[in-house]
Amino acid sequence: MQGRRFDAAGFVFRLLLLAALFITMLLLTILIIDVVTSGWSVLSTRLGDFLTGKLGSIPATSGIGQGLRGTFFIGLFVVVIAFPIGVGAAIYLEEYAPRSRFTRFIDVNIRNLAGVPSVVFGLLGFAIFVNALEFITGPRANGATVISAGLTLAVLVLPIVIITSAEAIRAVPESLREAGFGVGATRWEVIRSHVLPYAGPGILTGTVLSLARALGEAAPLILVGAVTGFLTEGARYSLESLQERFTAMPIVIYTWAGRPQPGFVENTAAAIVVLLVVVLLANTVAILLRNKYEKRR
Amino acid sequence: MAQRLADRDGFSLASLAGERRRVRKEAVIRALFLAAAALSIVISSLIVFTLARETYTFVTQVDLSKLWSEGWFPRRALYDVRTIFVGSVLVTLIAMVVAAPLGMGAAVYLSEYAKPRVRRVVKPVLEILAGIPSVVLGFFALVWISPEIVQRLNSEAALFNLAAAGIGVGILVTPLVASVGEDAMRAVPKALREASYGMGARKVTTTIRVIIPAAVSGLVAAFIIGISRAIGETMVVAIAAGASGGSLFSLNIFERGQTMTAAMASMAAGTDAVKGAGLTFQSLFFVGSLLFIITLSLNLFADRFVRRVRQRY
Repeated sequence: MQGRRFDAAGFVFRLLLLAALFITMLLLTILIIDVVTSGWSVLSTRLGDFLTGKLGSIPATSGIGQGLRGTFFIGLFVVVIAFPIGVGAAIYLEEYAPRSRFTRFIDVNIRNLAGVPSVVFGLLGFAIFVNALEFITGPRANGATVISAGLTLAVLVLPIVIITSAEAIRAVPESLREAGFGVGATRWEVIRSHVLPYAGPGILTGTVLSLARALGEAAPLILVGAVTGFLTEGARYSLESLQERFTAMPIVIYTWAGRPQPGFVENTAAAIVVLLVVVLLANTVAILLRNKYEKRR
Repeated sequence: MAQRLADRDGFSLASLAGERRRVRKEAVIRALFLAAAALSIVISSLIVFTLARETYTFVTQVDLSKLWSEGWFPRRALYDVRTIFVGSVLVTLIAMVVAAPLGMGAAVYLSEYAKPRVRRVVKPVLEILAGIPSVVLGFFALVWISPEIVQRLNSEAALFNLAAAGIGVGILVTPLVASVGEDAMRAVPKALREASYGMGARKVTTTIRVIIPAAVSGLVAAFIIGISRAIGETMVVAIAAGASGGSLFSLNIFERGQTMTAAMASMAAGTDAVKGAGLTFQSLFFVGSLLFIITLSLNLFADRFVRRVRQRY
């Protein structure tokens, strides 16, 4: 019964594990520090200009106004289309669906859709929204518009919205529903008054995380035809401008990252900082919100 | 009895059925939600249909000898699938060499060793960082990983190279592997740990001989999900591995190269480039089909492992 000896193997193992975690965090920290330091010269001297300016070939006057506009509209499409449909599908699967083969098929199907690479969703958007539905999405721009992009990304995050919302709804205690049915409420009345308010924070977390995912996606946008040249206008937020050629933040970053001229590295880094602030802020809010409500239960 | 009750109070069995308007509303709402759920099937069918249609055109019209030539140059009608497939395999291998030890190590540490206080801070930070967009990691791979890591290991490495892209993809999937792996470790019941300690086993022994074997299907699933994500990752490779015009067949990870995903992105980049010569447009869907089949098989495979864990505990 002498357990006091120094446990060398245990110590080494623990050290290795800690090293794995440490290196992961270190690399991600270096990434953020590196991006902020190289973008700082732009962010500190001409932030307002940079946020509203137009894309151009001279690094010192180029801005990301058009990129922000595209990203704003893409986010809007995701919120307006993917969120209601996704939450609706989750409600059906958790509250209405009978335990049938059809239900299981939908379930497996959604799980597999969530694992499809984003470029493949880009192909779908290209074939359906850009080519087949060109007359709606924007005949003047051959369909390569922010409408096509927004619809494509809404489709991309739909499975994620459904899965996370379904999880939140599943966590609602059965007794809550039974109390509702007990006083004579219909299924929808129970869902509206009992299930959704209880599952609300969980659903919100999932939807915000998927919004952040959509805002950072670049690959599907390239397939759908995002550009950085040939943009007719600056950052216009009008309705008919939806049917014109578009760009978005990740596309601006992708294009600038490939430019060899000096000055574009700083611009790219600055654009990344702006995108990271938006995406990571959304993620942080969502995760903190979830942890707060999880603890309460 | 019921009949008599109903007669006395003006109450009939029909009034138990609920108001007609309420019932109708209920049916409409149910139908709407069903439509939302069924939409996912429409989306899947459309993906399969569009991929299959253009792939069919490509396979039936392409000169089959071009599928095995010296490189992937779609604009010159050279569609050597080998080049981009091997590129994808190389990038994925490098990515998993980075992500597997880091992700699994982090998972084991967080679930078995970390104090609750540490875990409460580190886990959300990892989750937040998992949301870093892939273009950002692509830029990081090009301006930092390539010069600071790859070119130090091999001074002859080009600035754009597959190794830097692979490491970048690895960093991108590490939080995912860690998160799925940690869930698997934590699903192992406490009783198993306590039984092991009761036998006098040390913490290392418990972790390596009891917990990890018990969680192995979940850990394998984490690994496979990581591979699937790495194969499907586009932007890191598109930015950091160069070779946007096409690539010769090569196994050198210190040179430019292309993966299936990056090949698709570079074909579509720019304005109407996809409408280029010959079968360029269809080749895009051909590569997409390959990618779809590979990731789908991996995901189905991982799903089986995950379900095995769930069934056991």
